[in-house]
Amino acid sequence: MYVAVKGGEKAIDNAHAWLAEERRGDTDVDELSIAQIREQLSLAVNRVMAEGSLYDPDLAALAIKQARGDLIEAIFLIRAYRTTLPRFGYSNPVDTGTMRCDRRISATFKDAPGGQVLGPTFDYTHRLLDFKLAADGDAPHAPVAAPRQEDTPHITEFLKGEDIIQDEVFSDDTPGDLTREPMAFPSNRPLRLQSLTRGDEGFVLGMAYSTQRGYARNHAFVGELRIGKVSVEMDIPELGFAIDIGEVELTECETVNQFQGSKTEPPQFTRGYGLVFGQSERKSIAMALVDRALRWEELGEDNLGAPAQDEEFVLSHADNIQATGFLEHIKLPHYVDFLSELELVRKLRREAEARMAPKEAAE
Amino acid sequence: MTDQQHSDTAARQEWMGLMARAPEPAIMELWDAVAERPAFDWLRKPEIGGVMVRGRTGATGAPFNLGEVTVTRCSVVLQDGAVGHGYVQGRSKAKAEVAAVIDAMMQTPAAEVIRATIIDPLKRREQTARTARAAKAAATKVEFFTMARGED
Repeated sequence: MYVAVKGGEKAIDNAHAWLAEERRGDTDVDELSIAQIREQLSLAVNRVMAEGSLYDPDLAALAIKQARGDLIEAIFLIRAYRTTLPRFGYSNPVDTGTMRCDRRISATFKDAPGGQVLGPTFDYTHRLLDFKLAADGDAPHAPVAAPRQEDTPHITEFLKGEDIIQDEVFSDDTPGDLTREPMAFPSNRPLRLQSLTRGDEGFVLGMAYSTQRGYARNHAFVGELRIGKVSVEMDIPELGFAIDIGEVELTECETVNQFQGSKTEPPQFTRGYGLVFGQSERKSIAMALVDRALRWEELGEDNLGAPAQDEEFVLSHADNIQATGFLEHIKLPHYVDFLSELELVRKLRREAEARMAPKEAAE
Repeated sequence: MTDQQHSDTAARQEWMGLMARAPEPAIMELWDAVAERPAFDWLRKPEIGGVMVRGRTGATGAPFNLGEVTVTRCSVVLQDGAVGHGYVQGRSKAKAEVAAVIDAMMQTPAAEVIRATIIDPLKRREQTARTARAAKAAATKVEFFTMARGED
């Protein structure tokens, strides 16, 4: 219970003024521009867009600056801004088969058509601090080769021919939208994917890791991971046809999971899916593993009681803004609650002492 | 739809898409060089909003909601009655306005000039940028080779 507490206005104003000063830091050091954050801290910008659930690199960079680099605080700012925007509509589902891939790898097929394209990856770096970056002025140039002109096909297409992988059933059903209707359980796969793609990266990673360590193990291979830009197309009522309204960078992960078969399904490969705004590889792979774990019921698998199989547990705790809101509210004044608790504990203590006292006297 | 209507629609989709995707400075630089800019009235003043982007489960299955993208839109009418719409990515009202005016002009006798001075350069610019990225990606493609085992 909270009661209105008056008297803190001055202290609050001064605290916010100090926050502004601390945010700026030492004025002998140049101030960061939004463009610098957008261009040079782009993976932080990507995370804020993914979990803030709003693709706008400049806004995400502004939020990071305002939040002093606290990404969950930045995500909170983006979520708050998002609620002020009128919703113009829903895009047509993006076609990731036409992605202009910066990176595209498969851990299952070495010679996949389109090849293993590493892109700008941290993989194979030695994770040694590079002190050259502490000096200024270097503008490196990447080598080039003859560019691929055609679309890069999805790896799972090749498995489909053999009928050895579970098919994704095409539909044009309207998916639920958790920004419009609160989550209810049991939910469904489209809602789970919406929840996971905006879920906290650390939480989704931890859940995915738990499946790898044996809590509902699902034997995942990264069938394909691709990063690049796709066009976003929307039907415009006043035109009577669809146009591109922009393009977004996405990371897509398709896992291919070993599956022994169940009461209802023959032995085959099954699939998990991750799709996340920006270059967000760890999140995308984690999302695919958790998606696969949550599909146990539809595949007729046993419920092993693992946390990653429990959609209510996973989806209710994946959102870092809900979590931080509830967690951090306990630091706000609870004087009256605490006073009543204090009275209660004192009373219990008096009663306990009264019960003990005669016994002690009798001994 | 007749073939003519199909090709008109395709052409309009192309220039509206280019305007939506192109960076604002690139559009403004080209627009600033246009000598004859028509007067117009607003049908809908620029408005910033969000569009919910959808994906598909497993890339090819059922739609799901991925997250929103910022979009700015507006509509204009020129004095000759041509109506133009701007739907552009981001939060720039100025970019949306230029996109709408250009969309309207592309339906007037000014179309040829606008195509040559704005649409075609934007298209080339986008193609160049995409090719440059694809070339860097191509340079990171793994070329596997098998070690000769020397058995023959």
